[in-house]
Amino acid sequence: ETNKLYCTSVKCCIFELKAELNSDKKEKKKEAVKKVIASMTVGKDVSALFPDVVNCMQTDNLELKKLVYLYLMNYAKSQPDMAIMAVNTFVKDCEDPNPLIRALAVRTMGCIRVDKITEYLCEPLRKCLKDEDPYVRKTAAVCVAKLHDINAQLVEDQGFLDTLKDLISDSNPMVVANAVAALSEISESHPNCNLLDLNPQSINKLLTALNECTEWGQIFILDCLANYTPRDDRESQSICERVTPRLSHANSAVVLSAVKVLMKFMEMLPKDLDYYGTLLKKLAPPLVTLLSAEPELQYVALRNINLIVQKRPEILKHEMKVFFVKYNDPIYVKLEKLDIMIRLASQANIAQVLAELKEYATEVDVDFVRKAVRAIGRCAIKVEQSAERCVSTLLDLIQTKVNYVVQEAIVVIKDIFRKYPNKYESVIATLCENLDSLDEPEARAAMIWIVGEYAERIDNADELLESFLEGFHDESTQVTTQQNTQVLHKHTQNTPDSDNPDLRDRGYIYWRLLSTDPVAAKEVVLAEKPLISEETDLIEPTLLEELICHIGSLASVYHKPPNAFVEGSRGVQHKRLPARTASGESAESPDAGQSVGGVSDAPPAVIPSQGDLLGDLLNLDLAPPSASVPVVPASMQMGVDLLGGGLDSLVGLHRPSGSQYLSGDIGGSPIAVGLAGGTGGMPAGLGGTPAMGGGLGDLFDLGGGVGMATGSYVPPKAVWLPAMKAKGLEISGTFARRGGGIHMDLSLTNNAMSIMTDFAIQFNRNSFGLAPAGPLQVLTPLAQNQTIDVSLPLNTNGPIMKMEPLNNLQVAVKNNIDVFYFSCQYPISLLFVEDGKMDRQVFLATWKDIPSENETQYQIKDFHLNSDAASTKLQGSNVFTVAKRTVDAQDLLYQSIKLTNGIWALAELRIQSITPNYMLALKCRAPEVSQYICQCYELLLRN
Amino acid sequence: MIGGLFIYNHKGEVLISRVYRDDIGRNAVDAFRVNVIHARQQVRSPVTNIARTSFFHVKRSNIWLAAVTKQNVNAAMVFEFLYKMCDVMTAYFGKISEENIKNNFVLIYELLDEILDFGYPQNSETGALKTFITQQGIKSQPQTKEEQSQITSQVTGQIGWRREGIKYRRNELFLDVLESVNLLMSPQGQVLSAHVSGRVVMKSYLSGMPECKFGMNDKIVIDKQGKAGASDEAGKSSGKQSIAIDDCTFHQCVRLSKFDSERSISFIPPDGEYELMRYRTTKDIILPFRVIPLVREVGRTKLEVKVVIKSNFKPSLLAQKIEVRIPTPLNTSGVQVICMKGKAKYKASENAIVWKIKRMAGMKESQISAEIELLPTNDKKKWARPPISMNFEVPFAPSGLKVRYLKVFESKLNYSDHDVIKWVRYIGRSGIYETRC
Repeated sequence: ETNKLYCTSVKCCIFELKAELNSDKKEKKKEAVKKVIASMTVGKDVSALFPDVVNCMQTDNLELKKLVYLYLMNYAKSQPDMAIMAVNTFVKDCEDPNPLIRALAVRTMGCIRVDKITEYLCEPLRKCLKDEDPYVRKTAAVCVAKLHDINAQLVEDQGFLDTLKDLISDSNPMVVANAVAALSEISESHPNCNLLDLNPQSINKLLTALNECTEWGQIFILDCLANYTPRDDRESQSICERVTPRLSHANSAVVLSAVKVLMKFMEMLPKDLDYYGTLLKKLAPPLVTLLSAEPELQYVALRNINLIVQKRPEILKHEMKVFFVKYNDPIYVKLEKLDIMIRLASQANIAQVLAELKEYATEVDVDFVRKAVRAIGRCAIKVEQSAERCVSTLLDLIQTKVNYVVQEAIVVIKDIFRKYPNKYESVIATLCENLDSLDEPEARAAMIWIVGEYAERIDNADELLESFLEGFHDESTQVTTQQNTQVLHKHTQNTPDSDNPDLRDRGYIYWRLLSTDPVAAKEVVLAEKPLISEETDLIEPTLLEELICHIGSLASVYHKPPNAFVEGSRGVQHKRLPARTASGESAESPDAGQSVGGVSDAPPAVIPSQGDLLGDLLNLDLAPPSASVPVVPASMQMGVDLLGGGLDSLVGLHRPSGSQYLSGDIGGSPIAVGLAGGTGGMPAGLGGTPAMGGGLGDLFDLGGGVGMATGSYVPPKAVWLPAMKAKGLEISGTFARRGGGIHMDLSLTNNAMSIMTDFAIQFNRNSFGLAPAGPLQVLTPLAQNQTIDVSLPLNTNGPIMKMEPLNNLQVAVKNNIDVFYFSCQYPISLLFVEDGKMDRQVFLATWKDIPSENETQYQIKDFHLNSDAASTKLQGSNVFTVAKRTVDAQDLLYQSIKLTNGIWALAELRIQSITPNYMLALKCRAPEVSQYICQCYELLLRN
Repeated sequence: MIGGLFIYNHKGEVLISRVYRDDIGRNAVDAFRVNVIHARQQVRSPVTNIARTSFFHVKRSNIWLAAVTKQNVNAAMVFEFLYKMCDVMTAYFGKISEENIKNNFVLIYELLDEILDFGYPQNSETGALKTFITQQGIKSQPQTKEEQSQITSQVTGQIGWRREGIKYRRNELFLDVLESVNLLMSPQGQVLSAHVSGRVVMKSYLSGMPECKFGMNDKIVIDKQGKAGASDEAGKSSGKQSIAIDDCTFHQCVRLSKFDSERSISFIPPDGEYELMRYRTTKDIILPFRVIPLVREVGRTKLEVKVVIKSNFKPSLLAQKIEVRIPTPLNTSGVQVICMKGKAKYKASENAIVWKIKRMAGMKESQISAEIELLPTNDKKKWARPPISMNFEVPFAPSGLKVRYLKVFESKLNYSDHDVIKWVRYIGRSGIYETRC
């Protein structure tokens, strides 16, 4: 019978229905309304029946009434005048003795988006908000949010917001929960007016209601709590204590929302607190339990765990096994588990992980298999000890001859080669056997790279490369890039003895091709240069912080901030993790925690013992001293970049001869090496940051750069982010130390066709914890072809991670168009602090105390300044002369430098009057920085 | 919040469509059909973003339920709600099928109006809903004032899952400890991962508003009691039998803060059947069966498979419904099977040999051998060798969990804990019980 309801063809039925709706028989009427609703469901237009349906509203049959209401909600907007006919019934129903009917009326009225009806809604709503029955009140609370969505002004004018606020103190927990939900939603569209007014008292009320309300209400309350910033660590702890019981709730959403609150408030707890450790331990089991939920929820949980693992790896580090993929898991669960497995892989569990990955690589789903193969490569890069085993596993997989497995394996082997140069080249022969089967650009590019890189070890490298060149014009940029660079690269290796003129000519042709169209050339050369680091695919830290604040929500599933997928004003505010605030100092400034971007309190000046200092600051494995030689892998690994950079500069300078380029830049001159070491594989750095690498200035003819006469040295601005890499935004900049503070001076140029707004900046973790001390102040929109200079104050309180090179800084800049990444290097003199002058006696004792293996010698050639002038010049940049001695016609300057993180460097500068060369001896307990300080000396003296 | 909720049949025809928010238009209904239901590829995610609109979906048999939103909603909540919605519908009219949905569409609309307000989930406990949303829809009329306020206070109250004034002549409760034991074993017999996920399901037929307390051999509780001065021996002997629970979650009736502080499980139960708790253990699991596979490739066109299963529990107990599923390659042309016990069949449509044994006692073993003929293929891709999976049911809890007590207190009515008839049953089932070969 109901099937009949569903298949009504409208045209013939409207008439019939009309008759039935006006029937005297109640049953017939009801059946007719049902048919109308069924037609409405399948998308047929039954609005013509509006008056007839509304006529059925005056009934004491609740079921019929509800059906009519359903119809009204759907069609009232298209028939506003007739909808008025319903108002009387609504108003009457709001007075009904039965609370269920009162609630139904107010609930439905809020869903009818017709102005005239809304006007009539206000009085009944006001009454219902104060109804004696909690069921009516909880419905009225939501109705305020509905009304606000239709007419925000009306809600404010009528004072409903205050009534809603009062409901937070209601005796009924469900009323509280709905009021919280409504207020949270309303306050999203009024970010500034602090509607919820969260304070310790109201928080206490919420926490009490949390224990008593429905599972859904608990979610509303927890999500609201997560927006609160506790005043200090004590309040934070007490809230955490009251939220942790929720981790045992059967509803996964309650659990995830509780996890969100805990993850956020944990930020404020001191790490040495016992409770902090307890809390960390408590978080793991519920997260694991989420994985036994239904697959859709598992997916949500896994996306969130992915974030949590990045933010706090310690929580789940022992739980690797639960992320093993089950054969019958849906593909979306499998892929997410794999991601987390890689993040949790460590030396302790790598054997198990590899065994699993190998298993997965034989499964059916192509995406999954590819990802598994890629994961093996990532393990090799992440856990050095496992690299060999990974390589042999990959070789096994290549033997399977499954096409996409082979291709994927070659791509990751290339990455392994880049990470561990000259270690596994014995496998090249096997790789070369599979040359013919490669049909994907990425795999071909990888293979070309390998062949070019190890050309001298491959007998027929020429032939192999040539075979790739045949299809040159059909290839994607990725492949051609590799072809070009590798053909050129191979040339340079073979130049002295290569006598294959054909190949050489070809190289020149490509080179000319590039030089005639520099833009295209640049694009081609810069196309593919992945940074090989231990962790890949890490979410950028500020985004991660924001996403942690959105645990459980869609943002955490998409791994995107809400404004990336939500329209309009809602959800545009960026959420941030609170900063740690100690209980003593914050009482008078409740908002302190919220202004994370602002100056946070300096940590107490405790100078840790040397061992700790080094370990913490540089995050180094202290055991093998040989591990800290950064230049060697850089030059090897940057074979491609070297060329890229060379090309780039040459194109810019319009040098005519290719051969000159080839021999000059690649020949291993100090200039080229400096470039390679300095750019560290980041494409944006290729423009050459003169802050680094002494010889670069010559190459780029930057002699005219402005140096400050007094104060510290400021390198001239360099282009960090070329416009074509950033959709028209060009950023050039430099670093300066002014008045004891660090500044990043930026010039933003808009080369695009549209206006740019909403600028923001974030740094990746870096060696010295440099972080913006405030937001990027670009107050006016940036018009086409306009340039704005901005000075961004920095502090050194950010998170720390050792970078390669040490002074590398990875930066993300956002505007209304996209997010762009680039990296740049700062002169380490930026970090020389003003109180770096050491007492003579202390200097002497320290100098003796630092072992001589920590001493670095450096020569500054062709330099004619006398010792006093040099001393003055250096002092401008906080290099302080502690003492001066003159022995045998040479001046000895003893100088001290202190870095922002408390590292001291002691120097002896030997200035001979006979030769124009300075000798610099530098002692530092952290020898990693010496190299950079030496470079700065030269830079400072020459400017 | 949830902007709309749609239910489709397998063809993508809409059976139910309820829109809660103005930002969701009728075109959303079609967008989901076109991009997800009619999509050529297998669904790659339960959350889909189409033109800045997010769709969450779950499938029950061949029915699609989709929640739609344009906001940054709580995703976990949306899925929990969709599952809850399925539970509620099942409680009202049984299986979720196209037929049942069409027959009950008025009821479904009524439910959707009640349990989702402006996209915010409201009380969705069937116990409470059934007091005022009935299939007849008439019950609402002759209610007395008292009845009405009882309904509303239950729907909004602290104990939303139970109504007052329930009376039974015989106070009775049934406790089922249902465990599913999961295993992933390497071909060499190494346990790669094993865990038990268990549920305590309770059927209570108790009068009034009884206060219950549930106790089990939870290691933390037992150790604490041991320390608190119970006689040493008792402490030791019970300590042996206690189990380490990795994590547990509770029905919303359980006072979580009390569990957090004292680890005691106290609650006022819903009437009828519900799931009191879920738990997970990974230590000292009794693996009821061990599967020993042996696969040998004889040339390119033949496979020899031998599988031994060993039961590993008390000889006095009987396992039931044993089924071993041995995958076969896609290019299988014929299979010959010999098994010692039970029945085995090659099922071409499922690409597997299915071996069924009705009953098997503990500490026994049985064996199957099969010869699989293969068609020669050019396919370079190797056969993925899916794991051998197993199903069974055993009359004990593989985690070792024991119910120690379930006490019932009802101060107002004159029945005591002794008067309540209690039944406890343990059932261990295979979850995903796989051995790689």
